[in-house]
Amino acid sequence: MAEVVLNGVSKTFGATEAVRHVSMTVPDGAFVVLLGPTGAGKTTTLRLIAGLEAPDAGTITIGGEVVNGTSPAERNVAMVFQQYSLYPHLTVRENLEFPLKSPILRTPKAEIDRRISEVAKVLRIDHKLDNKSTQLSGGEMQRVSIGRALVREPAIFLMDEPLSSLDAKLRSELRVELKRIQAQLGATVLYVTHDQIEAMTMATHVGVLDEGGLVQFGTPREIYENPVSTYVASRLGLPRINLLPVSVFPGAPADAAIIGLRPEQIEQGAGREAKVTRVEHLGDQMRVHLDLEGQAITTLADPHQNYATGDTLKIQPRDPLYFDATGQRI
Amino acid sequence: MSSFSVTEPSKGQKWFAGIVVVVYALVTLMPLVWIIATGFKSPADAIAYPPKIVYEPTLEGYVNLFTTRTRMTPEALEEIGPPQTWYDRIVRRYDMVISGPSRYGERFLNSIIIGFGSTFLSIFLGTLAAYAFSRYRVPLKDDLMFFILSTRMMPPIAVAIPIFLMFRQLGLSDTHLGMILLYTAVNLSLSVWLLKGFIDEIPIEYEEAALIDGYTRFQAFYKVVLPQATTGIASTAIFCLIFSWNEYAFAVLLTSGTAQTAPPFIPTIIGVGKDWPAVAAGTTLFLVPVMVFTILLRKHLLRGITFGAVRK
Repeated sequence: MAEVVLNGVSKTFGATEAVRHVSMTVPDGAFVVLLGPTGAGKTTTLRLIAGLEAPDAGTITIGGEVVNGTSPAERNVAMVFQQYSLYPHLTVRENLEFPLKSPILRTPKAEIDRRISEVAKVLRIDHKLDNKSTQLSGGEMQRVSIGRALVREPAIFLMDEPLSSLDAKLRSELRVELKRIQAQLGATVLYVTHDQIEAMTMATHVGVLDEGGLVQFGTPREIYENPVSTYVASRLGLPRINLLPVSVFPGAPADAAIIGLRPEQIEQGAGREAKVTRVEHLGDQMRVHLDLEGQAITTLADPHQNYATGDTLKIQPRDPLYFDATGQRI
Repeated sequence: MSSFSVTEPSKGQKWFAGIVVVVYALVTLMPLVWIIATGFKSPADAIAYPPKIVYEPTLEGYVNLFTTRTRMTPEALEEIGPPQTWYDRIVRRYDMVISGPSRYGERFLNSIIIGFGSTFLSIFLGTLAAYAFSRYRVPLKDDLMFFILSTRMMPPIAVAIPIFLMFRQLGLSDTHLGMILLYTAVNLSLSVWLLKGFIDEIPIEYEEAALIDGYTRFQAFYKVVLPQATTGIASTAIFCLIFSWNEYAFAVLLTSGTAQTAPPFIPTIIGVGKDWPAVAAGTTLFLVPVMVFTILLRKHLLRGITFGAVRK
């Protein structure tokens, strides 16, 4: 396992700047999650580290060595693709053996067998080892794909939305499993996802990308509690942060234009009156959609409350986040 | 109750399709059956009119195909004594003895060397070129691909005279190497285009995965791309072999002895004796290698289908 450092890395495809001056340190043993919408440069960042793309500018360092210009094989990275790319002409076992049998590793037979049975057990694919990889279900294919990365001991694991194609149950199981394996191996992981639960539960660090640039990097808690902009604030939190004009509530600083309220930053029972427009019971919690001077606000309430559409509810902010007109945090 | 189905053909459609298939099979198979049957007829039966459907089969055609024979006077035959083998007995009916092997075996071997040699070379070069065109940023790629295809836009025999002169200058006339190179040149455009299509279909993710798994570009090509391209390679190889195996015009023009293939040789068997059974026998045997090759590769045509392994 190793530390990975990106220093001023840029990559342009034609007219699009996919990655723009990204500098970031993935500490040894860290689980770093990259967040951002489609096209923010998450996958390109992974591919640059893997060596599948060459950066136009900047340096990439893995374990203290600059790897610009070296082949993917020389970098000793493992990658799980979003599109599960099992070799269709090989069995599950042959797929898992493939990286271990590479000319770089040349693992002895006994060691290969040991690691494969270990990984297969963890991912619960041990009964499918002799199946053709094309005979598997989508979930099984993706587990084999993850397994093909896990059988190695690479400098860093690069994972590009590895769980996005799985059903909810399997996803939550594998999420716990991946985190457990990562902690146990002390593995360095760079993980791309859209799923904020994955980000919050697995990450030791979160990097938020916007149009190719890294806008904030920190622990999940830092990102959640101290977002640098409305963009970052909107990436984490469910229901999403409410962004309202500052005039709605009194007491804002002079240059603030937007007030950001996460559901838990809305105090109920005092303050201004808002109208309940919709109530969603989720079992363990209740989402209340409110209307305040034409502004839609979503908050959470005790599931035992009996709110109904048309009720009025007094609300006031508690430790809100303030942003200026461009969306930057004040 | 009968209902209309979009996927299940009606009874009438099935019958119609069946009849079309049977008629087509009859039309294509008749000449083949005729040739095979003629190979086992005696020369008299072969030219009988109306044609004989029932006849006494004989291996005379095959014996004549593989041997040269000399007519002897009855006294000379007496001196030699009675025929020793079944094929001696066949030729003795015509007061002849076998004086040696014919050239059919050599010509057949030439066909094998040249046909399979040029097929191998076309596939080998074609696969590499198709991979490069499919995966790399080649300058003027479209123009080059068009140029490669354009070599097919005229009948190859249109350039027979220049090729004849070139071969004479280079000393390639009537050589195996010359014929292999010529057939490879003709087949390459087909193999590059066909194989590029097949390789384009193989997602690049597999190679990227292999690169990350610790393999070089060439190893990724060899271990991941090639096994998945077997379908395309097999069908392309069949096309290439059929062309070079059956090619007649260049073979007549450029070969006369050492490197002569079977197609220009078979008609010469007719000679003065109008030995149709021998011609038919030569033709029948000539069909076998391509048939065997196609049957051997048939299972590859169904294998290596990447269906379902990559989510699109």
